[in-house]
Amino acid sequence: MAVIHDPLQKPEGRIETKNTTCYMCACRCGIRVTLRDGEVRYIQGNPEHPLNKGIICAKGASGIMKQYSPARLTKPLRRKEGSNRGDSEFEEISWDEAFGIMEERLAHLRATDPKKFALFTGRDQMQALTGMFAKQYGTPNYAAHGGFCSVNMAAGMIYTMGGSFWEFGGPDLERSKLLIMIGTAEDHHSNPMKMELSKFKRNGGRFISVNPVRTGYSAIADEWVPIKPGTDGALFLALIHELIRTGLYDREFLVQYTNSAELVSTDEDSDDFGLFARTDIPQDPDCFDPQDRVWWDRTQDKAVHARTKETDPYLLGEFKLADGRDAKPAFQLLKDRVEDYTPEWAAEVTGIPAETIKRLAYEMGITARDEKIELPIAWTDVWGNDHDTVTGNPVAFHAMRGLAAHSNGFQTIRALTILMTILGTIDRPGGFRHKAPFPRPIPPCAKTPKSPDDVKPNTPLNGMPLGWPATPDDLFVDDKNEPVRLDKAFSWEFPLAAHGMMQNAITNAWRQDPYPIDTMMIFMANMAWNSTMNTTSVRDMLNDKDENGEYKIPYLIVCDAFQSEMVAYADLVLPDTSYLERHDTISMLDRPISEYDGPVDSVRIPVVPPLGDTKPFQEVLIELGSRLKLPAFANKDGSRKYRDYPDFIVNYETEPGSGIGFLAGWRGKGGEKFMKGEPNPNQWEMYEKNNCVFHYEMPKSYQYMRNWNRGYLNWAQEHRLLRYAEPINIHIYSEILMNFRLAAQGKREGKQPPEHLRKRVETYFDPLPFYFEPLENHLTDKHKYPLNAVTQRPMAMYHSWDSQNAWLRQIHTYNFMYVHPKTAAAAGIKDGGWMWAESMHGKVRCLCRYSESVEPGTIWTWNAIGKSKGAWRLDDKANESEKGFLLNHVISEELPPHEAGKHISNSDPNTGQAAWYDVRVRIYPAGDDEPKESYPQFDAMSALPGTGKTQKVIGFFAGMFRKKTG
Amino acid sequence: MTQLALIIDLNVCVGCHACVTSCKEWNTSGSAGFMTDENPYGKDPTGTFFNRVQTYEIGEFPSTETLHFPKSCLHCEDPPCVPVCPTGASYKRKEDGIVLVDYDKCIGCRYCSWACPYGAREIDEKQKVMKKCTLCVDRIYDEELPESERKPACVLACPTNARLFGDVHDSESEVSSTIREEGGYQLMPEWGTKPANHYLPRRKTRMHIHEDELQRADNPLKKEERGPRAPVDAPTLDDSTSW
Repeated sequence: MAVIHDPLQKPEGRIETKNTTCYMCACRCGIRVTLRDGEVRYIQGNPEHPLNKGIICAKGASGIMKQYSPARLTKPLRRKEGSNRGDSEFEEISWDEAFGIMEERLAHLRATDPKKFALFTGRDQMQALTGMFAKQYGTPNYAAHGGFCSVNMAAGMIYTMGGSFWEFGGPDLERSKLLIMIGTAEDHHSNPMKMELSKFKRNGGRFISVNPVRTGYSAIADEWVPIKPGTDGALFLALIHELIRTGLYDREFLVQYTNSAELVSTDEDSDDFGLFARTDIPQDPDCFDPQDRVWWDRTQDKAVHARTKETDPYLLGEFKLADGRDAKPAFQLLKDRVEDYTPEWAAEVTGIPAETIKRLAYEMGITARDEKIELPIAWTDVWGNDHDTVTGNPVAFHAMRGLAAHSNGFQTIRALTILMTILGTIDRPGGFRHKAPFPRPIPPCAKTPKSPDDVKPNTPLNGMPLGWPATPDDLFVDDKNEPVRLDKAFSWEFPLAAHGMMQNAITNAWRQDPYPIDTMMIFMANMAWNSTMNTTSVRDMLNDKDENGEYKIPYLIVCDAFQSEMVAYADLVLPDTSYLERHDTISMLDRPISEYDGPVDSVRIPVVPPLGDTKPFQEVLIELGSRLKLPAFANKDGSRKYRDYPDFIVNYETEPGSGIGFLAGWRGKGGEKFMKGEPNPNQWEMYEKNNCVFHYEMPKSYQYMRNWNRGYLNWAQEHRLLRYAEPINIHIYSEILMNFRLAAQGKREGKQPPEHLRKRVETYFDPLPFYFEPLENHLTDKHKYPLNAVTQRPMAMYHSWDSQNAWLRQIHTYNFMYVHPKTAAAAGIKDGGWMWAESMHGKVRCLCRYSESVEPGTIWTWNAIGKSKGAWRLDDKANESEKGFLLNHVISEELPPHEAGKHISNSDPNTGQAAWYDVRVRIYPAGDDEPKESYPQFDAMSALPGTGKTQKVIGFFAGMFRKKTG
Repeated sequence: MTQLALIIDLNVCVGCHACVTSCKEWNTSGSAGFMTDENPYGKDPTGTFFNRVQTYEIGEFPSTETLHFPKSCLHCEDPPCVPVCPTGASYKRKEDGIVLVDYDKCIGCRYCSWACPYGAREIDEKQKVMKKCTLCVDRIYDEELPESERKPACVLACPTNARLFGDVHDSESEVSSTIREEGGYQLMPEWGTKPANHYLPRRKTRMHIHEDELQRADNPLKKEERGPRAPVDAPTLDDSTSW
């Protein structure tokens, strides 16, 4: 018998292992990269990393094919003279030339009119640096991707309870008994969510998923509750109705930790109608939420200062204050509000039977009340009351873009937060828990400039480029109450646009509304494809010229690592490195990866050298900042302050001597301090030695009830996470919103909305959550367009990034439109047949797939699988462009003209969140004589100089001693 | 006698494909590699994978179940792919029950793939040899790896820990007790192949609400009752009766 080939034989080669942080999506898992002869051989989850504890996802495990993708850009490129944008005709230039071009152009703009430079970035994980660059430059026109992602989730929750889902907090599945996941497909959070869901189920937890579609996480739910898109708010309000009606709310929690018992003036004739009644107890003028409210005490039957010891207020009722004004507790106003939001009413709106809605309410209420957790952890609240235990009501929620990406999302998410609050689940075991640096004040302290005078030549911006308005006077408007920013964020159109409105940047720049700009720099955002609505028109805008033959957007700089659709429209292309080739920080100043038990931040450290002439965008900004002599990057004599990005990270402090920098770990001269401390020259090495991650686990007594936990708040203040150590009481009733409404009603001094927006602001700035149909519904013929159309992101792909990935594109090569069989059959569309989906804005031709996992009034598809021909270095015949499609073509970035204006963004009227999921469509079969390909199609993009060769066959085998691929 | 195997828990598998690509990245550069990809950037890309996830819909709306079903070689105890192999390339290891292919002997005749009732084998179109899951045989005995990592790449990667690995012949092992206690089952046992890999079924957690749970002694609405109170100085019976 012949000797059997030894299957255990190890291939030859020099093996090295290095730790860094993944970037195949936004999770930021710790990874361990094994190299063989310098080539990436294996990427695994780092078992010692607190976020992913050794696990990795399909994307993370395919990093090799991203690293060696032929779509990698390797040279700075300049659009060839005489060619049009979109033609992909480029010539290679040196970095010196590229910097020369940018320095000259940007220095001129900064000296003349800095707002003519706009910087917009995608899901870049470095907003702290990009935002700081914009501020230092002095332009207000900066935003990252939040406006078209999930700002409603952040703003809706932060304006209500000072924290939010994902990076800022989440469900405590370790101790929860009941999880309701709503509007979440398969991401946000990805790996940690999968890990926790599995443990939760194995521990006997009950998992209910509310979603129009049953895929991903919903697949393993114990119960799937299909819902019509955009109606989640109606469900929450009916649940609140039922919980109040049956007395299944947590009274003690509402009294002490929220403004539920605080009296609101209901006297329509009084000056303070809709505002809280206040005592004249002296307050610290610096504080953000004065504790001067009034309760009606049950025992004494009179008004008392809220939270006076030994008092117990009414939550319901109607009272007369000493001066004769009528007042009601905020909770009574909430009860009045939900009076007509019955389960029967919500059943009509949501498509969920009333009996199911009631049962869901009872499951939540009974679990919260009867499965109570008492942890033996003593803590002291901010009013000085000692507690022997931490109480938990083990009902957890998780929600994401399914709620957020609707124009009614802000009020919907307010309703969700209030539902979570009346169940008594905020920052408690088994409920929702914060992650540092949250909770933050309501709203957080960061503020934008308030006037055009805050934008001056050769001067940093007087304020943060993005912030959290607390009153109408915080808006960034001119003396006519018109927007100062290009995207109109923080104007009366979108007052609480906390993440900016990138989705309107190109359209507004093209229309020169509110003003023309000169140079737009786009980092890592595919604005000519999947990251924009109305894709075809936006591509035309990027290429549009005025009567003098000049581009309406005069200069476009695009930094990307890959040959994306957007790159074709650039005048100047800057090739970024891959995530395995650079230093990077996952910073506490940005959106860190904290755990419930304490702050966590992390770094990337290069594991392989940069490909070709690639340069990390971080280095580009440091270099540009130095050349432009921006104060943070230059010494007084104009010389550069920082050698490079690693040097900047170690030595930069938010203010001289503040001790606060990008990294929180191993600060102080010898690395002995954290959060705050002098720069440590060996900080990078210390991160590298410690799995590239810093994790501080707080004492158990600081880990819960943080909005009101004296120990935690003092600690957070001492370590400068917070300016104030004051209670962050939950806003059942939002006086902040009421102040905007009063301004709209002309009842408040200070900034006033323009006349045409008064009605809009008055309507949507309701201090109590309410349900309204998504804005587009009011302006669409719902009989003509009877269906909702939505997208979801597949687990194995991150936006448009992974079609170039030889392994991942075999999982999702093209996308179908999923339609319920009855809906499809009624329209005469066959399973597997070509069909049209048409909205009032546009139409797409695509392939139909019958599905029983979708609510019959909804059709859906995977996001960003479809590609433009030739983009991402795919062949012209690739399935992604022939059969794949984008839903974006049927979605508009602007609403049809209506009373609020001719060009109002298709976004939430409170926050400016892009309303991706509001679109309504009709469907019909494609004709037999039509081409068997998706529509629209675009001219093929040719290979850019410096990109790689697309092999016909890959047989990847890492290392020098490669097996032959033939 | 040892029989190594995977136990796949369909109750927690979310269909993320982590097992699919982590398998590929380990094995393409390992002793079973490389794993060919054809038309990697063109029309109808296709490549060798040892492990794939299929997704099924079961039932009709609204009672639809969506099931993700990862599938790889089941390492049968009586593998039909072995006796049909004309060159002896397809074999089952005595020491641990892993079914392997010796590429040096394989002539790519595909008899084994026709014999396999599970469709678990894939011909590598470039190398013309049959390929399949090796249970990462080049990891699990590698003493240079920390003991906790001597597991198949898919098991290490799986975010929901839906893949358990161990000896199904050892009645004390975690995999054996899981099979016993959680209703582990084999695919198509009627074929008599005795697959070593097992699957765990979906299990539902339900909540039963009794009506009396809604009639609560602690109903907080009781605290809100506020009857009308007459002023203290209004006449009462107490003032006017003297006996």
